[in-house]
Amino acid sequence: MIPLSHYLILSGILFAIGIFGVLVKRNAIVIFMSIELMLNAVNLSLVAFSTYLKALNGQVFVFMVMVVAAAEVVVGLALIIAVVRLKKTPYIDEINLMKW
Amino acid sequence: MESIFFYSLAIISIAAALMVVISRNPVHSALFLIVTFFCIAGLFALLNAHFLAVIQVLVYTGAIMVLFLFVIMLLNLKAESFEFEKLLNLKILGVGAGAFLLFEMLFFIIKSSSNISSAGDVSEAMLQEGNTKMVGKLLFTDYLLPFEITSILLIVAIVGAVVLAKKKLEE
Repeated sequence: MIPLSHYLILSGILFAIGIFGVLVKRNAIVIFMSIELMLNAVNLSLVAFSTYLKALNGQVFVFMVMVVAAAEVVVGLALIIAVVRLKKTPYIDEINLMKW
Repeated sequence: MESIFFYSLAIISIAAALMVVISRNPVHSALFLIVTFFCIAGLFALLNAHFLAVIQVLVYTGAIMVLFLFVIMLLNLKAESFEFEKLLNLKILGVGAGAFLLFEMLFFIIKSSSNISSAGDVSEAMLQEGNTKMVGKLLFTDYLLPFEITSILLIVAIVGAVVLAKKKLEE
């Protein structure tokens, strides 16, 4: 059986890649995809803990996280569509409505 | 056998996740993200979470990524232009923050002892009844109220998306 720490290390690597994407990318939709990647990394560690602790509550948590992620994607993409329609660009460094 | 599956899925998922971040065309990013989600579904199946593996494929790769691809094509996004001097500080900051967080997490994961005491004992029942039945029982008994609240959340999300994304009538 694979040790739990390997699952946690994989989850940590995926989470760090997601953070890197959020900080580096300019395109709002790709930033959103990186956030989805981070959510999935956390889901992976929750499922790994749930299996290794022999308690199914973690899998219910992951189910709830997936529902919230689906709702968040729908609203977030609608917001991105509205902003891109207004500013004619998807790049977040050109969308500076609140800066000055 | 199990370790072969785990390590191949892990390597493919990390490579695809890196390609999500590296590739400049957002359509390519979305397609690589689908690969990552499939690998995570495989890892769920490897962890005996069969219900979540199926839900992962249905919800993430089936619904969410199709929505992403629809929006990318609706907005007609071009590949990201490469402006090096504008992005250099941002890239250094991103690599630094990501690497710092990664090493911090790895340090604590490796430092912490790996022998965990089990909180429950569902493995025998899971072998008899199956993972999906157990998760369903838990959802409709202990977690009934949160499960019902998610339906309200989904309705709010649908209404909010329609309100936000529709065009103004008077324009």
